Amino acid sequence: MKFMHKAALLGLASTALVSVAFTGTALAGKADNTIRFAYDQAPESVDPYFNNVRIGVIIGQHVWDTLVYRDPNTNEYKGQLATAWKQVDDRTIEFDLRQGVKFHNGEEFDADDVVYTLNFISKPENKVVTQNNVSWIEKAEKLDKYKVRLTTKEVFPAAIEYLAGPIVMHPNEYYEKVGPKGQNDRPVGSGPYKVTNYVPGKSITLEKNDQYFKDSPKPQPKIAKIEIRFIPDRQTQMAEVISNGIDFIMHVPKDQADQLEAVPSLQVVSGETMRIVFMQMNLLDGSPAPALKDERVRKAIIHAIDRESMVKNIVGSGSRVINTICFPSQFGCTDEGAMRYPYDPAKAKQLLAEAGYANGLNLDILAYRERNQTEALIGYLQAVGIKTNLRFLQYAAMREQVASNKAMLTHQTWGSFSVNDVSASTPNYFAFRSEDITRDSQVRDLLMKGNTSVDPQVRKDSYKGALKLIADKAYAVPLYSLPVYYVATSDLSFKAYPDELPRFWEMTWK
Amino acid sequence: MIGYILKRLGLALLVALAVSIIAFFLLRLSGDIAVAIAGEGAQDEDLRLIRQTYGLDRPLVIQYLDWLWQTIRGDFGTSIYFKTEVSKLVLEKLPTTIILGFSALGFALLISIPLGVLAAVYPNTWIDRLALGIAVVGQAMPNFFFALILVMIFSISLRWLPVSGSGTWLHFVMPTIALGYYVAPAFMRLIRAGMIEVLSADYIRTARAKGLPAGKVIFKHALRNAVVPVVALTAVQLGFLLGGSVVIETIFALDGLGYLAYQSITYKDFPVMQIIVLLLSVLYVLLTLASDIANAWLDPRIRVA
Repeated sequence: MKFMHKAALLGLASTALVSVAFTGTALAGKADNTIRFAYDQAPESVDPYFNNVRIGVIIGQHVWDTLVYRDPNTNEYKGQLATAWKQVDDRTIEFDLRQGVKFHNGEEFDADDVVYTLNFISKPENKVVTQNNVSWIEKAEKLDKYKVRLTTKEVFPAAIEYLAGPIVMHPNEYYEKVGPKGQNDRPVGSGPYKVTNYVPGKSITLEKNDQYFKDSPKPQPKIAKIEIRFIPDRQTQMAEVISNGIDFIMHVPKDQADQLEAVPSLQVVSGETMRIVFMQMNLLDGSPAPALKDERVRKAIIHAIDRESMVKNIVGSGSRVINTICFPSQFGCTDEGAMRYPYDPAKAKQLLAEAGYANGLNLDILAYRERNQTEALIGYLQAVGIKTNLRFLQYAAMREQVASNKAMLTHQTWGSFSVNDVSASTPNYFAFRSEDITRDSQVRDLLMKGNTSVDPQVRKDSYKGALKLIADKAYAVPLYSLPVYYVATSDLSFKAYPDELPRFWEMTWK
Repeated sequence: MIGYILKRLGLALLVALAVSIIAFFLLRLSGDIAVAIAGEGAQDEDLRLIRQTYGLDRPLVIQYLDWLWQTIRGDFGTSIYFKTEVSKLVLEKLPTTIILGFSALGFALLISIPLGVLAAVYPNTWIDRLALGIAVVGQAMPNFFFALILVMIFSISLRWLPVSGSGTWLHFVMPTIALGYYVAPAFMRLIRAGMIEVLSADYIRTARAKGLPAGKVIFKHALRNAVVPVVALTAVQLGFLLGGSVVIETIFALDGLGYLAYQSITYKDFPVMQIIVLLLSVLYVLLTLASDIANAWLDPRIRVA
């Protein structure tokens, strides 16, 4: 009797404790004006120059500002920390800077910050992790307190695009004192949100910057707080959104997003991203698959794949079929005049027979993500008599195989770092860089001409020529763009953009 | 006894060294570390810079010996990914893992001792079968799967417990159960076997004959003796729990050593990975050693073998 009594008391007490503790943590996002955002990967550093992951870009664009802002709806460039700019000559741009902007620590923004930041990141010894984003900068000079001159190493037409993306402005006095390590420990920027708590590898909290300058093209933030937690397990993230512990997740696979759509407290929003999917075919000397040197075999492979139906059935809404190896909104990207290869398995078989492979062909395919899509590709190839052996690898291992001429077919994807210019996409695979396994010097020359000319028309024509050559000679299989699925609490109002950047500063509650 | 301990200690050192060598070379076999660090779209120039920065352009043996020498001197290096000292990172995360390890152990003992005793007192009855069933399920079910079932019940359906994180003690409840349940069967079987043997001993018959209550006979006289081998097993299982928390900590996003291990594997953060592997193997070896010594002290026959 005594035992029973004690046990009952204990049970009651613990239930009460649990429910008290639970109501303490179960406040929905809208009630405390906070978005709880879970992401599967932690950034290596919060300083945008010292990480190369998506979440780093997201945090970077909230905590810092750039000289120029690209409106994601119109792709039009607007002044952010700069108010105006002009191209003085092929390699020189001058910027007028905005006055009255303050960093989160109170430091005033002026030419010294811009000059310091640009000169710091352009020096290789400072080891900015994505050299591609900064190596085009030669130097920056102060003309007066609010005027700066930027010189590029070579003619670099995409400069404004980079200055509207990864090139954020650091406060020079603070940065000089604390360096990249200090900027990671206690980040200071001028953006619409400031970092108020950061536990590396675990979580980061952003709070609304009440002093954010009124003329910024980024609207004044409405949501008071963004709590970002790093949860690597997809199942756990799903359980968190279902139980309202988390308000916002992204990169949800299509099948799981379809399931979550049924939960009344959640909404699923999808949109296109700049990440394109394509297949590479190795036609270098010493290729382990000499059959791919035959143009008919390559064309047969493209004809064999039903891209429309892949987009509809497994890739998901937001995605579209592409016909050239670049993202359609990128400057210089076009499929005009380029050869198209509709789904036609009969023709594929016929082309293979003409090339002497009537009895079929064995090939390896390398892949590193979206395995279900690779498997669909394999199915289509199998149907026309090409037997493919899947080698599913880590990205690093796959890249090594491609660069060392050991690849046959690859299922490749490329996100262009969200840079809206062909110079950030096509040249990576066709301008004789390490992952170029076609190496056509005519294609390379056209791409380089596009990369280094300031005349927009010359650039467009060169890129168009290169893209047409790649398509006509069937150097690669253009597939589709990838969509991104966001799952969020249903009372949040937001929009998806192709650059995979959720803009918390413009989100509101319904 | 001293000779025995020294011999075991030497062996323990060799094991730790072997583990560190295997971990080091396996890591290098899994792909180019520089490419992994540089990430998607890195240019050859980026790779060259990274190889130079981290000394990856030197021969593997030199890299290993260099690392070993630094480690022996107590310099654990800097995390490539988080850019902080490895020792600081590990010390920050260790308490969470220790709390989880001990609470899982506590949970395992809490369910295995009563179940083991019940199964031994009523051998070959439905009670014994039930206890066996619980043990088989615990051993057979992968702990990540069990963890997800717990999440479905307690977080999604009942909404009693938070899914992930490490903010309050409530965050530890499901990880503790998921991890502890997996090791409980080993204890339970040991206790059952020990109890059955002890319960048939003469002194128990004597105790019963002199009219002691059943509870006193079982708990005071029998369990005390049956529990001795469990002490030795506890040390080994604790090592397993500390190392085995990688999956559980990752699922529940518990910010401990296991989670750090997972992150360092994902990001190819080899200085962190190597220290964690070394630390866990040393811990495991030390705990095994402690259990060997305890066994030898309890049972002199082992010392000869």
